[in-house]
Amino acid sequence: MSGEAEAHPSADAAARRAAEAAARQSYGKLVALLAARTGDIARAEDALSLAFAAALAEWPKSGPPETPDAWLLAVARRRLIDETRSRQVRSLAGDHLRLLAQEIEDAMQDAMEDVTDADIPDRRLALMFACAHPAMEARIRAPLILQTILGFDAAAIASAFLVSPATMSQRLVRAKAKIAAAKIPFRLPDTPELAGRLDAVLEAIYSTFALGWADASGGDARLGNMAGEGIWLGELVAALMPNEPETLGLLALMLHAQARRPARRSEAGDYVPLAAQDPAQWDAALIDRAEALLYRAGAMGRPGRYQLEAAVQSVHAARRISGKTDWLAIEHLYDALWIVTASPVVALNRAAALAQTRGPAQALAALDDLAQDARMAAYQPYWAARADLCARSGNIVAAVAAYQRAIGLESDPAVRRFLQAQQARLPPA
Amino acid sequence: MQYMLMLYLDEASFQKADKATLERRHGAYNAYTEAAKTAGVLVGGDRLQPSATASTVRLKDGKSAVLDGPYAETKEQFGGYYILELPDLDAALDWAARCPTADHGTVEVRAIWPM
Repeated sequence: MSGEAEAHPSADAAARRAAEAAARQSYGKLVALLAARTGDIARAEDALSLAFAAALAEWPKSGPPETPDAWLLAVARRRLIDETRSRQVRSLAGDHLRLLAQEIEDAMQDAMEDVTDADIPDRRLALMFACAHPAMEARIRAPLILQTILGFDAAAIASAFLVSPATMSQRLVRAKAKIAAAKIPFRLPDTPELAGRLDAVLEAIYSTFALGWADASGGDARLGNMAGEGIWLGELVAALMPNEPETLGLLALMLHAQARRPARRSEAGDYVPLAAQDPAQWDAALIDRAEALLYRAGAMGRPGRYQLEAAVQSVHAARRISGKTDWLAIEHLYDALWIVTASPVVALNRAAALAQTRGPAQALAALDDLAQDARMAAYQPYWAARADLCARSGNIVAAVAAYQRAIGLESDPAVRRFLQAQQARLPPA
Repeated sequence: MQYMLMLYLDEASFQKADKATLERRHGAYNAYTEAAKTAGVLVGGDRLQPSATASTVRLKDGKSAVLDGPYAETKEQFGGYYILELPDLDAALDWAARCPTADHGTVEVRAIWPM
């Protein structure tokens, strides 16, 4: 087989491309479908990876099938049935059981013969809700979605989430075992619990996006293209649940942020803060799309966290037309966000808006309230904001100290250089 | 749990770097050390003299043999360490990512064997 593949490098490459395209487009769809009945994601993934291996062996010889999804699904199902049968035979060794399994298999085969890709139902959303179920640990939800929907391997996910590969794969295995053992259902939640459950799905998607977005230079292979994957998942959820305004809000938020991505670094690779960015460098097409999504979401009359955050970005984006930033609008949006989330990150951003609308003294007072939160001790943006506000209110000694904290906590070299330059530019105390 | 962050750097690149870069790096290490201290996680840490100053000792046939230079010739050399008190490996990896070495070298993270 390998000899043949070598003899036909172009067929091999074509088959590989077809298998990769199917993997990219269909991995999650097929895992969701295969695992839907048994609830066993790990077994579904094993069967699917065998099916992909079979595709790589078979397709160079026969050419990619017309309906790759149906082909892969049929092969993977067959593997699952084989495995189930041999398990049953092992445990019970009954002839009648073996025959029964055979009958089931034949029936399945018949059923699979004339299935087209379009007939395969999309169970990805149900799978995502299982991955982000409240019974699942919050920190494993996003990694689990990345693996089951997009087929990322544990090592790549581990690097992106800054966790050791061994730990990540252990956590993923445990999480899948829990879904199977606890029979976490693969279904969309009922209306009363939908909002809360959807929020967990959206949060997992947003955290994926945020990982990639933090890598401003795009040069960090460790993070791969997590921002793109986050947007891809956001597009998927928005397409599958178009009447939930928060799905549109999240997508709008990510697109707004993505639009500014190229403007965050100078040509020399230096960090450029939002206020200093040239709006001409923002991606106008992405902004227009985000605005349209936000408008559609707003028309549904059910505001939420992601719509509010997208609205903040929308106000910033308006600078490309008006030439200025409406800080009062931003302050009000953060007031609303604070009511919804009570998050210290929101409080910090609200303080930055206060500095513009009411001056650095008021903003510093808001930061002082926030200092009670123990998490701020190692939270870089808090110290960077504090440093800037101290400098602007003329407290140079405090500004130097706060910059020092921010520099020590920063992990992005470009931002670290920026903070060091800001610190060096302070007048003598 | 205590973790040791072992810092591996290309010493040659340090010798080639200009004064401004070295000053900026030095400042970054100072800030990092202070941040770890104020966050209450710093147990200790030191920068070492260049690996050319190293000697290795081992007993061979009952006699001690001393050699010049580091234990292993590597592209990046062991140049210093931090010991941090942290709840788990995830936190240790967070602090390792913040360490300026992660930018221009490699940080190895290991838990310290509790005695």
